[in-house]
Amino acid sequence: MRRNLTVLLSAMLALAACQREERDTRPQSALGSGQQPTPVTALEPGGQRPLPSDNKAASFEANAFHLSEGKRLFSWFNCTGCHANGGGGMGPALMDEKWIYGNSIESIHATIRDGRPNGMPSFRNKIADDQIWELAAFVRSLSGNAPSSAAPQRNDDMMVHPSENRLPDAATLGKSP
Amino acid sequence: MKRFFPKACCAAALLALSGCSGWQSALDPKGPAAGELAWLIWFFTALCAAVWMLVMVVLAATLFQRVRTGKDPLVLDLASEHRKRRVVLTAVGVTAAILIGLTLLSFFANRTLAGIGSDEALTVRVTGHQWWWEVRYENAQPSRILTTANEIHIPAGEPVRLLLTSTDVIHSFWVPSLAGKLDLIPGHMNVLDIRADKPGVYRGQCAEFCGAQHANMGTFIIAEPRPQFDAWLDDQLRPAAAPTNAEAKAGADLFLQRPCVMCHRIGGTPAGGTVAPDLTHIASRQTLAAGTLTMSRGNLAAWITDPQGIKPGSHMPVTVLNGDELNAIIAYLEGLK
Repeated sequence: MRRNLTVLLSAMLALAACQREERDTRPQSALGSGQQPTPVTALEPGGQRPLPSDNKAASFEANAFHLSEGKRLFSWFNCTGCHANGGGGMGPALMDEKWIYGNSIESIHATIRDGRPNGMPSFRNKIADDQIWELAAFVRSLSGNAPSSAAPQRNDDMMVHPSENRLPDAATLGKSP
Repeated sequence: MKRFFPKACCAAALLALSGCSGWQSALDPKGPAAGELAWLIWFFTALCAAVWMLVMVVLAATLFQRVRTGKDPLVLDLASEHRKRRVVLTAVGVTAAILIGLTLLSFFANRTLAGIGSDEALTVRVTGHQWWWEVRYENAQPSRILTTANEIHIPAGEPVRLLLTSTDVIHSFWVPSLAGKLDLIPGHMNVLDIRADKPGVYRGQCAEFCGAQHANMGTFIIAEPRPQFDAWLDDQLRPAAAPTNAEAKAGADLFLQRPCVMCHRIGGTPAGGTVAPDLTHIASRQTLAAGTLTMSRGNLAAWITDPQGIKPGSHMPVTVLNGDELNAIIAYLEGLK
């Protein structure tokens, strides 16, 4: 009886290792970033712009592969030039969970795609849509919003904050227990 | 059946050995470093095989002798004991001598490898990326520094110094016909001196598992006579050819408006990305995507349309282009000789 239980437990333990995150390297992107409509509203501080929630948002937000690709693209496309490694410089800081234009991943995606007044250029057409989602997911993870199992690893460069998987949870940040 | 078996064995052995020649084989050396290593491995293998055969023959002979004479092995025979002791001592001595000999041989082979290089040699910086090779020809004059990808042209018969490093993970540079393998390590520079005796094309391969497309990370060393190499270098240093017809012109404009421009550089145009292969003279290369596809119009189209189908996990994204846009971009890229 006990031996059967041990065998069963070992088998379950072994099978648990088979659980892997799905890595969608070949997404079906029917729309490029250029084919999405440009929003009519000009600017709306506070992020009140009515945005349809995108079904990509959820799948990109907690996916370790997309987050790490976003991190790679963040330095490849020189986002660090204005935002440093999230600490901000010429552009606003990205690590503090305060977003001028709203903190949902859809708002961040719209910021990268369409640009914002006073500095942020539009990357419409210049970055493939899935990569904008990856960047948005990574930028959101900078404030500790990503689960630590999916957040990207330590940065090799000098960072203005702890690595994403060691950041305190944004929900409890700055509040006493 | 009885006669068929040896024939089949011979045929299989010949078939296996036929894989030992060609443009990517450590057993078909085309340079002094690979030659030294090939000689060393053959000598090691032959000597160790001879020793092993000798031991097996002596063992078999002893066993057969015991069976034939039927002597009790536990009976003490002093004369035979002395003889056995001498045999064991001799065997230990010979083993030690062989080990010291082989150690010295590999030491001197290493010295020969180190002696290939020269400080005045052409210096090429090879940087490993997931999954392609960045090749940069160093020069004291900044205007003569050349960056290209995946194909390393070298002058034949002259030493070339390769500086090996990486930007993401550990890769390993291995051109079996010319030299042994050496790792490319992020934040660290390894030095490999190579020389190709004769002009030719030698294939290399990343030899350290570096991710999903490790197997599709090939490179080519193209050894040419010195004048031809100099001409190639001068040619590559020129900015990209201007598009000649209307379709290619439209392709050049599209290249600058679409995601291509974020990662790729084309000399003489505003495209200046450095995170992906330099495309200034892409049409003059023999292959696409680090040795994965041969260079042709169809393969260019396939690669741009669906890079993730050819190299899943590679960092080139799927770019949405309609048929006319795709044709225009290919027409432009084809002109970049």
